[in-house]
Amino acid sequence: MSTVSTQHGAAEPAAPQSNYLTNGNTIASWLLTTDHKRIALLYLVSITVFFTVGAWAASMIRLELMVPKGTLMENDTYNKIFTMHGVVMVFFFLIPMIPATLGNFLIPMMIGARDLAFPRLNLLSWYVYVAAGVLAVIAMLTGGVDTGWTFYTPYSSIYSNSQVGLTIGAAFLAGFSSIFTAINFIVTIHKMRAPGLTWFRLPLFVWGHYATSVVIILGTPVIAITLLMLAGERVLKLGFFSPELGGDPVLFQHLFWFYSHPAVYIMILPAFSVMSELITCFSRRKIFGYSFIAFSSLAIGGLGFLVWGHHLFVSGQSMYQGMVFSIISFLVAVPSAIKIFNWATTIYKGSVRFNTPMFYAIGFMGLFLIGGLTGLYLSSMATDIHLHDTYFVVAHFHYVMVGGAVMAMLGGVHFWWPKMTGRMYADSWGKLSATIIFVGFNLTFLPQFVLGYLGMPRRYHYYHFAPEFQVWHVMSSAGSSILAVGYAMPLFYLLWSLKRGPKVGPNPWAAKGLEWQTASPPPTFNFETTPVVTEEAYEYDPEADEEVTTEVERIAAGDLPHGR
Amino acid sequence: MAVEAIAEHTEQGHADGVFHQFESIEQQNESYIVGMWSFLVTEVMFFGPLFFAYLLYRWQFQPQFYLVHKELNVALGGLNTVILLFSSFAVAMAVHFAQKKARQKQLLWLGLTLACAFGFLIVKYFEWAHKFHVGHVPGPGFRWEAAGEAGVVPAGIAELFFSLYFGMTGLHGLHVVIGIICIGTLMLLTARKSKLVESYIPTEMVGLYWHFVDLVWIFLFPLFYLMPQ
Ligand code: HEM
Ligand SMILES: [Cu+2]
Repeated sequence: MSTVSTQHGAAEPAAPQSNYLTNGNTIASWLLTTDHKRIALLYLVSITVFFTVGAWAASMIRLELMVPKGTLMENDTYNKIFTMHGVVMVFFFLIPMIPATLGNFLIPMMIGARDLAFPRLNLLSWYVYVAAGVLAVIAMLTGGVDTGWTFYTPYSSIYSNSQVGLTIGAAFLAGFSSIFTAINFIVTIHKMRAPGLTWFRLPLFVWGHYATSVVIILGTPVIAITLLMLAGERVLKLGFFSPELGGDPVLFQHLFWFYSHPAVYIMILPAFSVMSELITCFSRRKIFGYSFIAFSSLAIGGLGFLVWGHHLFVSGQSMYQGMVFSIISFLVAVPSAIKIFNWATTIYKGSVRFNTPMFYAIGFMGLFLIGGLTGLYLSSMATDIHLHDTYFVVAHFHYVMVGGAVMAMLGGVHFWWPKMTGRMYADSWGKLSATIIFVGFNLTFLPQFVLGYLGMPRRYHYYHFAPEFQVWHVMSSAGSSILAVGYAMPLFYLLWSLKRGPKVGPNPWAAKGLEWQTASPPPTFNFETTPVVTEEAYEYDPEADEEVTTEVERIAAGDLPHGR
Repeated sequence: MAVEAIAEHTEQGHADGVFHQFESIEQQNESYIVGMWSFLVTEVMFFGPLFFAYLLYRWQFQPQFYLVHKELNVALGGLNTVILLFSSFAVAMAVHFAQKKARQKQLLWLGLTLACAFGFLIVKYFEWAHKFHVGHVPGPGFRWEAAGEAGVVPAGIAELFFSLYFGMTGLHGLHVVIGIICIGTLMLLTARKSKLVESYIPTEMVGLYWHFVDLVWIFLFPLFYLMPQ
């Protein structure tokens, strides 16, 4: 069982079998599909589109900051560009990124179900997401927003003369989309596991998504109502947050971060869960400390709701409040560290194979470590007073959210690509792209830590008061172009593989897990027969696996002919 | 081998009323119930910040809020409480008869629930219309020259109180409207003997939702209308 699948036979054409991709070729069959796998692909495409939009804005920012005087654009334009970057990247890329694509595709397969519990709700959630995204883009095109993605009052509610209403409407809708997905996941994981699949046999991917879904249903409604209150204040002049209307702006910050801090866990918990799958498969070893990893996800989810105040150290909250938030923030680092240590131990004792997904996984560990550790500087009140709203913060959250979450996403896409498409890409190109991203990323964001430490404020489009910053900004901008190349590469070789990549059997990586037990690409209802699970997750056998040659390695060695 | 095959499963080979993704009607029903409860959790969290804001400002401006709240009409609020309590009972009866498959009685009790929902909105209309009339509506037209004790309160704080009042009862009212749409649809489908509402589950769902709407009011009423010194 732990060996490769041998069903592969390019020579004798297998009986043409219908799968989820070939089952209906019309546009309507895609746009009206209720198949979770097709919906996942719809998401994958739309998320890539929004990533491109956000990345364009990012490159404008980096271009502007190449010179101290900021000559490319006006103050106002710059504000709109970085707001657009933040809104699109956070609400339309990072938050749905892994759950809506990989989660949607894999959760039913990993638990042996035929689909999610509510397939039509799943489709609705994609439409709501797209509608929200279109609304956001319309807001950008009809004047833009200049409040920053945090929409702080009273600027956003009274003073800003831009498309605030439309934009928060878009964010509000996007929230509905993620709530729908989360409810679907929770119900599916609770009620639709295959016979024998107990909670402690679940893949850690499923645990991570379960914890994420809980965070979503507890957190997202809070941002929804907060944005609605902001709209009420802006449109109807109800007073909640603005001193002019009798309210208190710090209340807005509390409510905003009560969601938005957990939101960073909505982005990173799915990434963690992908990591656990990658690390075990490519170390050929049962994961070290399964239950610690499972429970640390829940712990992160729970503690994540108690630390929002670390964004308010300089907002005027009391010193004692700050101290409490500071201490709890340190506590969250513990479950994250548990995960890192457990992965490291798994790799250390395993027999590691360096394929593309593993390159991405190791990149993740490096970048997330830097991001997580710098979080500790920010949660110490004393240092945060110096670092708050500087480029140090910018670098910190890019390391965790972009360096961490996006690395994991790409690793996951490369891992499950043969499952999704039935085809393999060129492993060497994959490794190259992972390396370029890693180098480009560090060149972009390490200098920003220095800049922040030196005092470069965020959200400024010039720094003629300190021209000596320029060298760091230029390094960062140069890094971002390398990064852009790295991010663009997979687009090309993955699309290439759709047509020209070698065909693969059900389990090209010789991995464990139910999703590898069915054909690649899977049939519409995932399994020919309902699977019964009789063992724990990740029963790899490192010694026996020394000799295993995976299908991917045979393809790389030219052993298997390329598919047509 | 981690997996062995059991039970041949054919894609369409299911009993009536079970969707393809489920194995059995029990699994399907339980899934809907878990889904509904998850949704209600999001609803609680949705109202949460408003209650939080209310409690915060109420604590901060305690005496002023007390004086302003006297402008509200306790009798009408009380009437609405009674109406909603009865509607909660009515919808519970509807669920009971849906389980018994007594369609006529189910329709009757759903009808009563619907009537209560409209009744609630009508009473609310009169309350709100009065507030508009005297200018107790936040915004540029807000007036606060009420005589007596209430006049002591600065207009800004009175406006804050009415912002919370309109925000929270408005959002609750919106939920009543959504409830009306759901109950109405359910009645229509039930009357037409649609396959969609063959089981009692849809009625149970609507019932749970309606209990939630009721519950929110049970908190709103004392907080706004009865609030002691
Ligand atoms: C787990 C992944 C993490 C993600 C995705 C993340 C993300 C973010 C983001 C997006 C911001 C900036 C928000 C803004 O102002 O626009 C931020 C700020 C901050 N993060 Fe993290 N973070 C993570 C982990 C941590 C950890 C483990 C800690 C503490 C131990 C931490 C402490 C902080 C603090 C204190 C700030 C506020 C800095 C300031 O504005 O002065 N973060 N983080
Ligand atoms: Cu935070």
